[in-house]
This record gives sequence, C-alpha cells and structure tokens, in this order.
Amino acid sequence: MNIVVCIKQVPDTTEIKIDPVKNTLIRTGVPSIMNPFDKNALETALQLKDTYGGKVTVISMGPPQAKAVLREAISMGADEAYLVTDRAFGGSDTYATSYILSQAIKKLGGFDVILGGKQAIDGDTGQTAPSIAEHLGVTRLTYILDLKVDGDKVLARRQVEEGIETIETKFPILCTATKESNKPRYATIKGKLASFKAEIPEITLADIPGSDTAKMGLKGSPTKVKSTFTPQRNSTGVKIEGNSPEIMADSLITKLAEAKIL
Amino acid sequence: MSLLYTDEQKELLALVREMAETEIKPYVQEADEKGECPRELFQWGFDMGLHMLEIPEEYGGTGLSYETTAMIFEELAKVDAGYAITFVTTFVALRNVILAGTKEQGQYFADKISAGGFAAFALTEPGAGSDPAALRSTAVADGDEYILNGTKTFITNGAISDVFVGFFKTSPEKGHRGISAFIIDADAPGVTVGAHENKMGLRLSNTTDLIFENVRVKASAMVGPEGSGFKLALNALNLSRAFVATLAVGIMQRALDESVKYAKERKQFETPIIKFQMVQAMLADMAMKIEASRCLVNNTMKMMDHGIMVQKEGAICKAFVSDCAQEVTSNAVQIFGGYGYSKEYPVEKLMRDCKVFQIFEGTNQIQRMTIANVLDKEYK
Repeated sequence: MNIVVCIKQVPDTTEIKIDPVKNTLIRTGVPSIMNPFDKNALETALQLKDTYGGKVTVISMGPPQAKAVLREAISMGADEAYLVTDRAFGGSDTYATSYILSQAIKKLGGFDVILGGKQAIDGDTGQTAPSIAEHLGVTRLTYILDLKVDGDKVLARRQVEEGIETIETKFPILCTATKESNKPRYATIKGKLASFKAEIPEITLADIPGSDTAKMGLKGSPTKVKSTFTPQRNSTGVKIEGNSPEIMADSLITKLAEAKIL
Repeated sequence: MSLLYTDEQKELLALVREMAETEIKPYVQEADEKGECPRELFQWGFDMGLHMLEIPEEYGGTGLSYETTAMIFEELAKVDAGYAITFVTTFVALRNVILAGTKEQGQYFADKISAGGFAAFALTEPGAGSDPAALRSTAVADGDEYILNGTKTFITNGAISDVFVGFFKTSPEKGHRGISAFIIDADAPGVTVGAHENKMGLRLSNTTDLIFENVRVKASAMVGPEGSGFKLALNALNLSRAFVATLAVGIMQRALDESVKYAKERKQFETPIIKFQMVQAMLADMAMKIEASRCLVNNTMKMMDHGIMVQKEGAICKAFVSDCAQEVTSNAVQIFGGYGYSKEYPVEKLMRDCKVFQIFEGTNQIQRMTIANVLDKEYK
C-alpha cells in the first residue's frame, strides 16, 4: 500500500498572534511543532503499514526549516520525506497550497491513500487536505477514526456529529484524521538516528512542469484577508461525565492540559 | 548542566524525557508502594528501543556509544532509577555475553532481549557477596552437559528474566579460578524463582532469590573458557559500576530539581526559603556534587568507549557518585522539612532509592580496596 501523509509545521501554541499590518501569523519566538492532527494522520498511516505492508511517504510545503517535522515523521517510522518548497509557492492560501501539493503528490507517483490532519492548529481552516482530493479527483473522507482494507474495498469509520458513520469505498482515497483517531506513537531511538541522517529531497517548481503557475503563490490565492481581530470569548460550560470521581478528574485534567491551561 | 551535548543527543534526551514523564512518572508512586513494576510500563521502554542502546547493530542493537547511552539512562533515572536499572541489568548481561562468549552465544542472548525479554546476572549467594570466591553453587560435567545446583540471592530481574548468566563452581577447590559462567534459560527445568525481596528502595526493580536444582545445560552454554567466570564477573562489574553511577546522577538531579522548585515556592518569615543563606549553601553544595559526579561518569564512559579497562576509574566513579547521592538526597529531604519526610512528596523516595548504590556492584568499601590495590601496583 502506498501511503502519502501531508504534514504541516505549526507554532506550538493555541494563542495565535497576527501581524496587524501584513495580516499574517507571527511565528518568531514560538517553537514549531508538527501539527498535532497531522501526527494522528501519520499514526494512521503507520498502522496501515504495520497491518497491510507498504510505504509511508510524508510531504510538507513550507520553508526549509519545515524539514524538522519531516525528520520527526521519519523518526516515528515514515519511509521517505519530501519538502515542497519554492519562492513561487510563498504566500499561498489553502487553494493554492492544495493545488501545489496535489501536483507534488502526482509527481511522487501512484498512491492508494493520502492522509492529513483534519485541520492545522494555526489557520484552523480544515480546507487544504480535502481540496487536494478535489484537485486529484479522488474520494474524500474527513474525520476518519480508522480504516480497514478488505480485498479492493476500504471500510472507513468516520466521526460525525450524530455518531460514527461506516463507509465502504475503493482506493484511491484521501482521509483526514482527528485526535480521536489514535494516540500517535513515540519515535524510537533507532528512528531518531535514521532521521538525523535522512536525505530530505526538495520538490520545487522546476520538478512539477506542466502545472499551472497561475494557481500558485500569493497571486494564485483567491483568499484575501480583509481584517483580523481577536474574537470575543463567549465562555460556555462543559459538563464532564463519568462513572467515578477519578475518571471525571482524569478527564478534567486531560481537557485542561489539552487547552494548555495546565 | 555540566556537559556539552550534541544537537542529536539533545533530541534523544528530549524524546526519552517526554516518554518517561508522560507514560512512566504518573505510575511510579503506586508502583513504589506496591514494590512492583507492571510489564506495560516497561513496554514503553522496549518500544522505544531502550533495552539494547549500546549493543552493536549486528546483534540487533542500536550501536550507541556508552557515553550517549549513559545520558539517556540518567534521564530515565530522574523519573525512576528502579525502572532504569531493569534495562541496565539486562544490557550489561547481554554485553558481557557478547564480550566473553562466542558469536552464537551473543546472538542467542541478543535475540531473547531483542524480542522484549529481560536478563539477569546470577552471581551473589547468601554466603558470597563481596567475596565471590566463596560461591557454593556447583556445575558438574555429565557427558556433553553440566548439571547446575545452588541458590542465588539479591538477583536483579530474578523473576522477570527470560535468560540468565549464572556463575557456578566447576572446580570448587580452585577458589575464584574455579568459577565458570553459563547461559541459562529462565524456563529450564529445575530453575525456580525464590522469595521476592521487599526492599527499602528501588522498589520498581525486581529482586529475588533464584534456586537451581539439577538444572541441565549443554556444555556449549558455558561462556568463555572453564574457570574464567570470575574474570567475566569483574569485567561485568567494571561496566555496570559506571552505569549505576549514571543512575545515581539522575536521582541527584531529580532531588535538586525538586528542591529548587520547592525552595522558590515555600515561604517562611514571608520570604521564599531560597533567599536564606543556609538553604542556598545546601542547594549550591548539591549542585556542585551533581556537576562533579556527572563529569566523572561522562569521563568514565568515554574511557570505556575507547576500550580502556576502567578498573580503578569505575571504582572511583561508583564510590564517589553514590557517596554524593546520600548527601544530596538527604539534603533534599532537609530542604522540604517535614514535608520531605512525608510520602506525599517525592524526595523521601529518592533518599531510599539511592542507599543501595553504596552497596551493590561491590560495596563502596570494596571499591576503595580496589582503588588502593591499583594504586599500589601503579606506584611500583
């Protein structure tokens, strides 16, 4: 099984600061991490490989420092990693980014499954991965919990508001993973050592000839940010339920930790 | 921190720290109280590959240097030294089979560990602690087999191991030259796990008696030539002393981390106690001892990486560091005051955990005899 995972390097914070003049994210002084939902997508990919065999390729579009998250993916067990990078790609919105990534995935050759996180914790749009499916014309399944392969059929369980939906489809597919999909594995020491030495080739504009440059970069991005503001917080209560005080306390601590309050 | 770490070492340490803090630390207090460590906690270590860090790649290991391996184990020991020593004991046994045994023996042993197994060194007996020549366990040749009999005590990983390196007298009349080492499968008929030791500290580490009753092993299970067991045991001790010292550094660092944090928070006379000179002196002394200890361990590891026999240096390292650890952990309890004496707070455990470091792998009195014996020879 050929699996491609799209990952993004994001600032490690839930409090995004926005440059009031340029209307872009301020990244200085904030440590960068692999987008947590992309880590769930990578874990899904690694589990598929563990069960059915195959190859896991990770790609990321971004500046050279995004290689750090690609190395991290290798340390967790990804086989290959590519950085999609070019001056011409700078300033791309989700439409342009998904177009460029789809071109890069085409260049990498055949695939059965493309995976990504349900959204990135910086932009929170949740558009890029599903749009890749549109550009490539493949089946798109968002918020999947797991995938089972049965001959040429794929059974996917999706988390939807009403409950869990089971969908049967065929390869190739694009799926987005959520926090509920799994608990991402730790890197191994051997994986870390491999990641230090790993070659991470770059895919530039020159590597995707025939692609439409009018759909790339700032000029190829239909999204225009008109203004940015910090939304007013409307605090709503969350009811924590459970069979015992211990379970409820654990659940509370987990939620507080996730919200980075603890 | 006293050492210059490479970027790669920093990344490895961050990974191990994250795992240990997230997956192990929350369960340590309960495991310490019960005196046991659940297998699933060790599984995290196996999954990460902490069981064969310094074992050469040809045996399925990671091939790290002793130096980097020690840094990783210091990190683990900050969370729990008993957890760490379970893996240390395992790879020290394997390393010594690789060093002293045949390629086949090394591979056999490595495969058991690689698959997620533990190993133990079965040397100490009720009547033979510091004096291995007094071993009473026997190995009697019978055709192409040996029949092993004897009782071993204080065996780290005794009940959880898949394979042992056991020490038996093949020639009882020859004293320490009559000792031979054997590889023994834990499930061999006649091997029984005896009483579990209810220890003062290092309670996540499994310690038991082992009883060998007419255990038959192939002659090919002998590690090294007949009568070389004592030498093998001493070589193993050279290695393990430096590694237990790194665990003691981890315990001390934890003690300092907790103490500084507490001293900044705890107020008396409306002042954080870290502002009082008496407390400052204690913290500074703790930091000095830790830095010196870490440098000593690091230097010993580097010497071992260069293939140098660290008979004297290993003894100096182990005795110095474990002596420092008593003072550092005792002062941590002192800084915490009444709370330090309570099991509600983490420092009393550190004091309990570190005492045995003056005792095992050769008592610190024996270490000083070793150091002085080498000095005696050096100045001839």
